[in-house]
Amino acid sequence: MLLTIRSLTKTFPGTLALDAVDFDLAAGEAHALLGENGAGKSTLIKCLTGAYARDSGNLHLDGAPISPASTLEAQELGIGTVYQEVNLLPNLTVAENLTFGRQPVRFGMIGQRAMRRQAEELLSGYGLDVDVRRDLGSYSVAVQQIVAIARAVALSGKVLILDEPTASLDARETEMLFDVMRKLRDRGLGVVFISHFLDQVYEIADRVTVLRNGKRIVTEETAGLDRLRLIEHMLGRELEAQTAEGAQQPAEPADPSARELHFEGIGRRGKIEPFDLSVGRGEVVGLAGLLGSGRTETAEVLFGVHPAQVGTARAPEGALDLSSPRAAIAAGFGFAPEDRKTDGIVADLSVRENIALALQARRGWSRPLPRAEQNRLADEYIRRLDIRTSDAEKAVGDLSGGNQQKVVLARWLAMNPRFLILDEPTRGIDVGAHAEILRLIEEVTRRDGMSVLVISSELEELVAVADRVIVVRDRSHVAEFTGADIAPDRIMRAIAAPDVAAPDEEAA
Amino acid sequence: MSARTLPLIATIVIFLLAYLVCYLQFPAMLSTRVIGNLLTDNAYLGIVAVGMTIVILSGGIDLSVGSVIAFAGVFIAVMLRDTGLHPVAVFAALLAITTAFGAAMGGLIHVLAMPPFIVTLAGMFLARGAGYMLSVDSVPIDEPFYDFLKDAYYLMPGKGRLTLIGIVMLLSVAAGMVIAHRTRFGTSVFALGGGVQTARLMGVNVGRTTVLIYAFSGFMAGLSGIVFSIYTASSYPLAMVGTELNAIAAVVIGGTILTGGAGYVFGTLIGVLTMGLIQTYIVFDGSLSSWWTKIVIGMLLLLFILLQKGLLRLDIRRRAGAA
Amino acid sequence: MPQVFRRILPQVLTLLAVILLVSLVFPGFVQIDFERGRLVGPIIDVLKRGAPVALLAVGMTLVIATRGIDLSVGATMAISGACAAWAISSGYGLIPALAAAIAAGILSGLWNGTLVAVFGIQPIVATLILMTAGRGLAQLITEGRILTFSHDGLAFFGSGTILGLPVPALIWCVAAVLFALLVRRTALGLLIEAIGINRRASTIAGINSRVLLVAVYVASGFCAAWAGIIATADIRGADANNSGLWLELDAILAVVIGGNSLMGGRFSIAASVLGALIIQTIDTGILLAGFPSEFNLVIKATLVIVILVLQSPNLAPHLARALRISRGAPLVGSSAAREAGE
Repeated sequence: MLLTIRSLTKTFPGTLALDAVDFDLAAGEAHALLGENGAGKSTLIKCLTGAYARDSGNLHLDGAPISPASTLEAQELGIGTVYQEVNLLPNLTVAENLTFGRQPVRFGMIGQRAMRRQAEELLSGYGLDVDVRRDLGSYSVAVQQIVAIARAVALSGKVLILDEPTASLDARETEMLFDVMRKLRDRGLGVVFISHFLDQVYEIADRVTVLRNGKRIVTEETAGLDRLRLIEHMLGRELEAQTAEGAQQPAEPADPSARELHFEGIGRRGKIEPFDLSVGRGEVVGLAGLLGSGRTETAEVLFGVHPAQVGTARAPEGALDLSSPRAAIAAGFGFAPEDRKTDGIVADLSVRENIALALQARRGWSRPLPRAEQNRLADEYIRRLDIRTSDAEKAVGDLSGGNQQKVVLARWLAMNPRFLILDEPTRGIDVGAHAEILRLIEEVTRRDGMSVLVISSELEELVAVADRVIVVRDRSHVAEFTGADIAPDRIMRAIAAPDVAAPDEEAA
Repeated sequence: MSARTLPLIATIVIFLLAYLVCYLQFPAMLSTRVIGNLLTDNAYLGIVAVGMTIVILSGGIDLSVGSVIAFAGVFIAVMLRDTGLHPVAVFAALLAITTAFGAAMGGLIHVLAMPPFIVTLAGMFLARGAGYMLSVDSVPIDEPFYDFLKDAYYLMPGKGRLTLIGIVMLLSVAAGMVIAHRTRFGTSVFALGGGVQTARLMGVNVGRTTVLIYAFSGFMAGLSGIVFSIYTASSYPLAMVGTELNAIAAVVIGGTILTGGAGYVFGTLIGVLTMGLIQTYIVFDGSLSSWWTKIVIGMLLLLFILLQKGLLRLDIRRRAGAA
Repeated sequence: MPQVFRRILPQVLTLLAVILLVSLVFPGFVQIDFERGRLVGPIIDVLKRGAPVALLAVGMTLVIATRGIDLSVGATMAISGACAAWAISSGYGLIPALAAAIAAGILSGLWNGTLVAVFGIQPIVATLILMTAGRGLAQLITEGRILTFSHDGLAFFGSGTILGLPVPALIWCVAAVLFALLVRRTALGLLIEAIGINRRASTIAGINSRVLLVAVYVASGFCAAWAGIIATADIRGADANNSGLWLELDAILAVVIGGNSLMGGRFSIAASVLGALIIQTIDTGILLAGFPSEFNLVIKATLVIVILVLQSPNLAPHLARALRISRGAPLVGSSAAREAGE
């Protein structure tokens, strides 16, 4: 084996990010690393490249134990990494990027011609036709990725880690990148490839390792691996026992006339293809799909974070303006985003202030929410959602991730919206709180008549709470299940590929 | 055309157009005499702006340079008055001090991880205070060597004088161009301006580079102080208030992006000359008031900032479209 | 509210320490006399002379809370002062003169706010434009001269007294109290802090961050206008070249001394105003104590560096830990410490 990782463990305050993970990489192999957000992929990569210090475990490269303390050290050992973004500097030329730190120097001055020659040499064999004197930023992302790969290979030359390199490439560009990857593999490099696109994994990877919740679930040859099984590995079936009873609950018959919100042809270029969606009063609509499939984009378009370019939204009282979050809130919408750290919490403000924030924003600056009312709200939701905090005045940034998520949820529940969008509401939350949040969704929909759109990668969770499940794939809505048709295996098939999708699929 | 070269081209076009307008109105402005004066009068600004260009390219800012120039003037005058040292020795001592001063600020910026703006603000107060401590009053410089430096010039065809300090400025610009565009250090400066995180990933020694950048700016401010003391043959601790602002304006008008990462040292020279041209025009015109200089410079600043913002957006949109 | 007192305690202690130090060298510093219907004494002088910086610090606090900075306040002072002097010397009367000055300040703020919030230009870059051009505009109004006037009504704002207290001192006190009430009795303070800490999350929570951003720059312009009126009234003339020169830096310094983080977020107007008073006390104290005034700048520089060390995300956690062990007191810049601790 070129690279072996044995029982790698890494903890962050409150979470076990990697739990005794094993991983092998052979020379001349393309190895895909799969898993949903928070599965531990990037933590694994960062421990491997020295960006994080591991708690325990062994790394061996070419049989020798290694322990890189920084990405630069890892690079010198032979492990090069290309991230999806933040790779090279678009404001430098291609040649400067390629030769950075090793520019040919004469009398302290960089030899322009020598640098150009060196750069062109490095790029030869990658099939690129670029002028290395131009700014890197003037080329497409695909070219930039390949330049980054060329640099990483030139610097390290044993292991190449590609972190979602195809996320923003089109089909032709992806093919170009794969050609490069195949060539490097054939030259004897070990390539680790992280992607969410299963088609690509099957196309390029020799073996697959799936991580979930910080554990290695499986490592298998791609050739013999059933697509459905792979998705099962990724999404897991942990919740089965816990919510089995919820799944058997008869879903209310969908009555189109009772549908309250109608979205027609809503879409935004580069985010999500136009789709139709109707949501009934008290209905829970689930949105299933892999990371990067367009599920979060659907939510952001509906909430005006990235406003729709086409399409209309209607409610019983008339057309709705969803051009900004403010407008969406005025229309009675709420949105608990997936990335709570950057989009959800306001870290330095207290739990009380975070919960009152949206309510206060809607009331306007001139009508402050009385302190007594704020305290009441905070106390109520700390109790109802079991938010673990010493008191309501603690800064939200000091809470654990799960509790931060509950604070964001509390913020929107306090608004009593008619349509609440929850993007991965249970990620990173302990099992008890998990069930609690699902129960809460039931409660607000059945009792208060709130409509909810739940985005989740845990299918069991969707099956448990949703009256209807929509499947998103490749940036468009591809299937819809209602009533008894909502079942994990059917959904999984629809996520996997069109040809194995459920028979009652309706293409959007 | 890339987002990097367009502002430079815009700078040059604006300068040439402005010069054409000046020439059409006052044909005398196209003489080597005016050009020589333009270089001489703006020599101190050009030199300090070269240092500022490097700082801004790295994504930083140096507010201390005006005070450092004033300190330099006072230091030179007091040393010449109170010690028997030869001016060249005084110059060397001064440059060592200002370079070390800049390096110290760079070190603080890196170690404290604080915005350069506020750290160099402290440097501004400190340098100005140090100048005051040496002398509160204006000190004349009475030194034969100074007269020699002041009167050294090359007579251009057309009786224009290319003075020594003008030449120093042009050499500084040339040195700045080499350092910024032709050395590993220069590439690291651009890398920092492109993004500290990425730069670090690519192997830039961020701390060392930051210290060197501000040391270079300190050196250039010291050199500018020497040139200014030759130009005025006196010193005054209150002099040069606001020079940092003019230097920043010259850099931006020269097409360098104020957020760092893109620009040309040569553009800064054009920026300095453009600002000098506005002043010269006002002098030639005679009826225009001096405050129009500030207003026009402000308008140019706005123009370039909006131009760069627009280019950036266009760039992002184009790349999004391509993806 | 004990919380408020705990927040401003370091500034109060620093101010007291500075006063004590000055008194040691110049014993008459704290002495206040009543002469010809007005209070006189070094402390009163500090209250009066500190007015422009204190006023600017009020507006600057709000701007910095949104993670911005306003470099143009000195130039705005000059414009407003010029407007007031021009209006009064053109015979428009007191009210129109004040209105013109304040309108100029608000327009300046609108300009800055639009560049920052609508065009998305970095605050330091956006306000640099007006910092450069503003003084030219002011000179345009005064036509390059010191535009003097003899109108007792306007001069009253610079040198008058009410109940024995100098009017400029009263103006900044009123402004500080009004703004503090405005942001703390309404939700403005909370909303401003929210966009300063996390603008994206705040926008998703429905806060109109664009309008709020413009508003804080307008507030800053408004405060600068009053500072300009005071400076102009004090010398009975508008000096476009020197009015408010470099006061933006003193104002930023006052905010920083007030323990407000340059990274935005939690703010205290009271602490900023105390910061302005600390600066002015040092200024006046050095003069009275007979030290050369050049010490002033060196002391300011030292102050800045000390505060930067206290706020530094690299050092603050260690310092905070060391201090907490020794005395258990809160520290300035604790938010920065937390950010780094994550």
